[in-house]
Amino acid sequence: MARKTIIPFGPQHPVLPEPIHFDLVMEDETVVDAIPSISYVHRGLERLIEKRDFVDFVHIADRICGLCSFMHSMGYCQAIEEIMGIEVPERALYLRTIWAELSRVHSHIFWLGAAADAFGFESLFMQSMRLREMVLDIFEATTGGRVILGVCKVGGVRRDIDSDALKGIVNRLAALKVNLEEISAVFINDYSIQHRLIGVGYISKEDAYALGCVGPMARASGLVMDMRSLGYAAYKYLDVEPMVESAGDCYARCLVRIREIFHSIDLVRQAAEKIPEGPFDLKVKGAPDGEYFSRIEQPRGEVIHYVKGNGSRFLQRFRVRVPTFSNIPAMIKALKGSGIADVPNIILTLDPCISCTER
Amino acid sequence: MAWFKRSPWILHYNATSCNGCDTEVIVSLTPLYDLERFGIINTGNPKHADILAVTGSVNEKSVQALKNLYDQMPNPKVIMAVGLCAISGCVFQDCYNVMGGVDKVLPVDVYVPGCAARPEAIIDGVIMACEILEKKYAEWKKGRG
Amino acid sequence: MGEPQEIVPLGKNELMGVVARLYAEGYRLVQIGCNTLLAGYELNYSFDKDYRFKNLRITIAPGEEVPSISAIYQNSFLYENEIHDLFGIVVTNISVDYSGTLYRTSIKTPFSVDNVKLPEAPKQKKTEGP
Repeated sequence: MARKTIIPFGPQHPVLPEPIHFDLVMEDETVVDAIPSISYVHRGLERLIEKRDFVDFVHIADRICGLCSFMHSMGYCQAIEEIMGIEVPERALYLRTIWAELSRVHSHIFWLGAAADAFGFESLFMQSMRLREMVLDIFEATTGGRVILGVCKVGGVRRDIDSDALKGIVNRLAALKVNLEEISAVFINDYSIQHRLIGVGYISKEDAYALGCVGPMARASGLVMDMRSLGYAAYKYLDVEPMVESAGDCYARCLVRIREIFHSIDLVRQAAEKIPEGPFDLKVKGAPDGEYFSRIEQPRGEVIHYVKGNGSRFLQRFRVRVPTFSNIPAMIKALKGSGIADVPNIILTLDPCISCTER
Repeated sequence: MAWFKRSPWILHYNATSCNGCDTEVIVSLTPLYDLERFGIINTGNPKHADILAVTGSVNEKSVQALKNLYDQMPNPKVIMAVGLCAISGCVFQDCYNVMGGVDKVLPVDVYVPGCAARPEAIIDGVIMACEILEKKYAEWKKGRG
Repeated sequence: MGEPQEIVPLGKNELMGVVARLYAEGYRLVQIGCNTLLAGYELNYSFDKDYRFKNLRITIAPGEEVPSISAIYQNSFLYENEIHDLFGIVVTNISVDYSGTLYRTSIKTPFSVDNVKLPEAPKQKKTEGP
C-alpha cells in the first residue's frame, strides 16, 4: 500500500481568487480524501442587523458578494416585501429581472475566464475578461456602479431605465452575443479543453440530489432545478427554460453555463419588450413583523434569504444560505479519486464563491 | 523619473473581501485596462512579487496567511490596500470578526479608495507603488553599499 | 404572490422520524438554520421536492443537545458544524465532526443567547376606544 501524504491547497493559490483551504490526502497522484477548512473570509455580517435597521441593511446585503451583489439585495428585499405584504410595482419587478440576468451574464463570463485560467488557456481568459467589460459598461450606465450596484431597495428600485436605454442594452447584448459565440465555440470544440474537462469530476444524478447540489452543478448532472421556475420577480411573465445536461462532468458544467449566458441574454430581450410603464418604487411604511424564506436563483444556484422581524425597525434574524455552501459536499465527493492535476479544475467548475459562503 | 525601470509583479491576497475588489484587481490587469502591457503581472508566488495587493479587511485567521505571504516576499516590497474594506473596514467595521483595516497588522504604503475600487484607481495605486518601490530600492542599495 | 411557507413545529424527539420519512419521500435537504430566541434556540430544517418548500422547526433550551441528521442526509454535516461553532449548540453524532474548527471566530459562539441582543418589540399603540 502506498504511503499517504497530505498536500495543503490554498488559502493562497494561483488559480483561486479567493481563500479556501483544503487538506488533500494523497496516495501517489490520487486524492483519497479532501478536508475543507473555511473561515478565512468570515466577517459575521449576519449580526450587523443589530446595528443597522432593515432599510439600511440592503447596503450590507449588497456587499455580501461582489459577483452576485444585485441578487443578494434582491433576495433580501423580496423577503422583507413578502413579510410586509408590499405589492412591488410591475416595472420595478421587470427592472430587477433585467439587472439580475445581466449579473448572471457577467458572473458566468467571469467564470469562463477563471476556468480557462485554471486549465492554462491564458488567451481565452483574457478574451473572456474583455467581453465581460461590455456588461459592466451597461451596469455603469444604468446604475453608476460597476460591481456593487446598490440599486435595489425595499419597495422597488432606485433608478429607472428609459426605453431608449433599454433598446441600447438589447443592441449591446446582441453585439456581445456575436463575440461570445466566437469564444464559446473554442470552449465547446477545442481539443485540449475537451481533453482537460471530459470525464473529470463526475457526479451522478443520484449523488447530486442526495448531496444537495444546486444551480449549474445540479443541472449539469441532469437535475431539472431552477428557482426561476418559481416565478419570483418578473420571471412569471417570461419563458424560463432550465438548461440541463446529463454528463455530470466538468465539461457538462461548462456547457450549462455557456447555454445559460445565451438564455439570459434572451431573457433580457424578452423583459425589455414586455416591460410596462408606471412607477418603479413605493414608499414603505411600518416595519416587518413575521418571517419569510425567500428563494431565488443566483448564478451559482439557489440562495435562501431568511428574515425574521418582530415589528421593530431592527430585524431579529437574517440568515443567508448560499449555493456554494450547499455544493461543498458534492465537491468533496468529486475530488475523491481524482488526480492532483485535476483538483483546480474541479474546484473551479463548482464556481466557488467563498465570501458568500462564510459571510 | 525612474519609475518604469522595472516592471513590478503583483501578488493578490483576499483577506476578507467580498470579491468586488478582487475582480477589479483582475480587471485592471486584463484587456481594456491592461496593466499587463507594462509587464506588470499577477503572480501566484510570493517569492516573485514586489507589490502585495490586499483586498478586504483582516480577521484573525486571514492575518496568519497574510503575514506569512508578506514575510515570504523579498525586499524591497510595497503593500497596497485596495478598497474601503482594506482601508478601514467599510460597512463591516462593526462586525465581531473584523479587525479593521490592513494597516492594523502590516505597514501599508498605498491606499486605493472605492467600494469597489475602480480599475483606474487601482492603476493609479500601482504607479504610486512603483515610485515607493524605487525609493525603497535606492535606500536598500545604500544600506548595502 | 410569494412562495407558500409551510412551517411545521415539531418536538425534538419526533425530528428523526419525520426527517427519515421526508427522505423516503424523496425530499432534498435545502438548509439547516438556527435562530436565537430570548432564552433558547429555534432550529429550522428546510426541505424541497419539486419546488415544494417544507420547513421543520424544533425549539430547544440553551445547553440542550440536538441529534444530528447526517446519518440520513449526508450533506447536513456542514450545517450542523456551523450551528455548533456559531451558536454553541452541541449536535451529537455528526458524520464529519470538526469539533469547533470549521469557523474560528474571534469571540466564541457569537450567536449564542449570551452574545445576541434581540431588539424589543415595539409597544402596541393604544387603540382609541369607542
